[in-house]
Amino acid sequence: MRSATPLDPDAAISVRGLVKRYGRSTAVAGLDLDIRRGEIFALLGPNGAGKTTTVEVLEGYRDRDGGEVRVLGVDPATGGRLWKADLGIVLQSGAGDSQLTCLELLRAQAAYFPDPRDPAEVLELVGLTEKAGSRGRTLSGGQRRRLDVALGIVGRPRLLFLDEPTTGFDPEARRQFWALIRSLRDLGTTMLLTTHYLDEAEELADRVGVIAHGRLVEVAVPAELGGRGRAPATVSWTEDGARRTTETATPTAFVREMAGRFPGEVPDLAVARPTLEDVYLRMIGDPRQ
Amino acid sequence: MTTTVERRLPSVARVCRTRAGVELKEFFRQRESVVFTLMFPVILLLVFGAVLNYDLGSGVTFTQYFMAGVIAAGILGASLQNMAIGIATERSDGTLKSLAGTPMPKSAFFVGKVAQVFVVTVAIVVILLVIGVVFYGIHLPSGTDWLTFAWVAALGSAACTLLGIAVSSLARNGRSASATVTPVALVLQFISGVFFQFSQVPTWLQTVASVFPLKWMAQGLRSVFLPDALATQEPAGSWELGRVALVLGIWCALGLVLCVRTFTWQDRTDR
Repeated sequence: MRSATPLDPDAAISVRGLVKRYGRSTAVAGLDLDIRRGEIFALLGPNGAGKTTTVEVLEGYRDRDGGEVRVLGVDPATGGRLWKADLGIVLQSGAGDSQLTCLELLRAQAAYFPDPRDPAEVLELVGLTEKAGSRGRTLSGGQRRRLDVALGIVGRPRLLFLDEPTTGFDPEARRQFWALIRSLRDLGTTMLLTTHYLDEAEELADRVGVIAHGRLVEVAVPAELGGRGRAPATVSWTEDGARRTTETATPTAFVREMAGRFPGEVPDLAVARPTLEDVYLRMIGDPRQ
Repeated sequence: MTTTVERRLPSVARVCRTRAGVELKEFFRQRESVVFTLMFPVILLLVFGAVLNYDLGSGVTFTQYFMAGVIAAGILGASLQNMAIGIATERSDGTLKSLAGTPMPKSAFFVGKVAQVFVVTVAIVVILLVIGVVFYGIHLPSGTDWLTFAWVAALGSAACTLLGIAVSSLARNGRSASATVTPVALVLQFISGVFFQFSQVPTWLQTVASVFPLKWMAQGLRSVFLPDALATQEPAGSWELGRVALVLGIWCALGLVLCVRTFTWQDRTDR
């Protein structure tokens, strides 16, 4: 199987026709992907769609059965220490239990990299300064996840993989985390984010890709995914004591026309575009839709 | 445009030092490992020494005999049990996977483990010797016996470290590794002449024990702690130091092959 377009040499990540099988089941079935340098790309997809497998091939954890892959210009299957020095990886499983303190863990991690960030500054960046002297295993779930992120960025990566980074965060912690990710983008870090939170993807990602049945179904900016930008709007209101709903491509004209029929305010008027979640669920073939 | 600066990776030696520091902190800050690995042989020595301080003939006390066995058991704990449980835990909780995703040279990880085994082993041996001398009047080895002590401990420790790393791959996590390895270690201690004289072990069990490294470590260490007159009580009528070296050497080779073939940085169930 040969893909029509060649690998993009300037992309942070370029994938053509990626195939990965486990026994007789095919987890990734010919996936194409380009992630530009400096962008935040969110990979969405249900469990078992091939998301984690794809990311782990890119990170160098897994061999592939077919296709071409370049991550920062290097084939992950042959990537050495210098290549790994440009990556930051925040795994879904986290960095494991430890008897070391946060600061000690970051100092050890920094010692593996050629040009690390200052561990104390990284703790500050993720908001764990007060926990510098606390042992890894005594942290709460959200604090531990921030420590995972700190470990992922202390090596000053050019490309950061974030696998469901905010699981277990309270809303405030998530907002702080989002600010951290934006500040990393401002420093020029490319990020590949996998998440189950669609609001997170919409908030952070320059582009989102939806993966289903081992293929990339669509790539778009969040506002236009699944034809969302052109999709009909849903107008709903209450009339004669009943809830009415209509789909229209011209909601402004529809509301103006309706305003003429009502003496004052249109009761319970709402105009809605499909949410990212709506189009996402439709794309992955959710049976509820 | 950003200019590409030639970045230099930290030297392998420096990363090895970092890993050694990490491994030592991980060990000595964890109460379970300190109690089970470090204190268990000490408690054994105190209890057995207090209860079974009889004479073995030739003016040798049981404690003098037990010294060799408990040091062998201590080395087994510091290497095989410690590695099997520790690495199984780190594999199941994602520590190994995280490390594999960094530019850390893989060799540095193993150097760190060896440093941990080395320091813990030395600590155990020193504590046991001090207690033996102070409380039970143990006669310390002299002259070339120290040399024998050193090579038996080093070779046995190497074999058991490699075996422990290999065995870690069989367990699903640290707890299951502990549940598998601890009883096996205990049985080996009973049949290898740690707790009582090897000559009192039934012959068929002696044969079983002879397959494993612990019996040979204990025997090699007995040659260090016991007068040569007692060599007649050994199965072969001598200390068989050549065979001790051979069997432990074979276990090192076998352990190394097993490690190379079975070691993974990721959980097998991780998919």
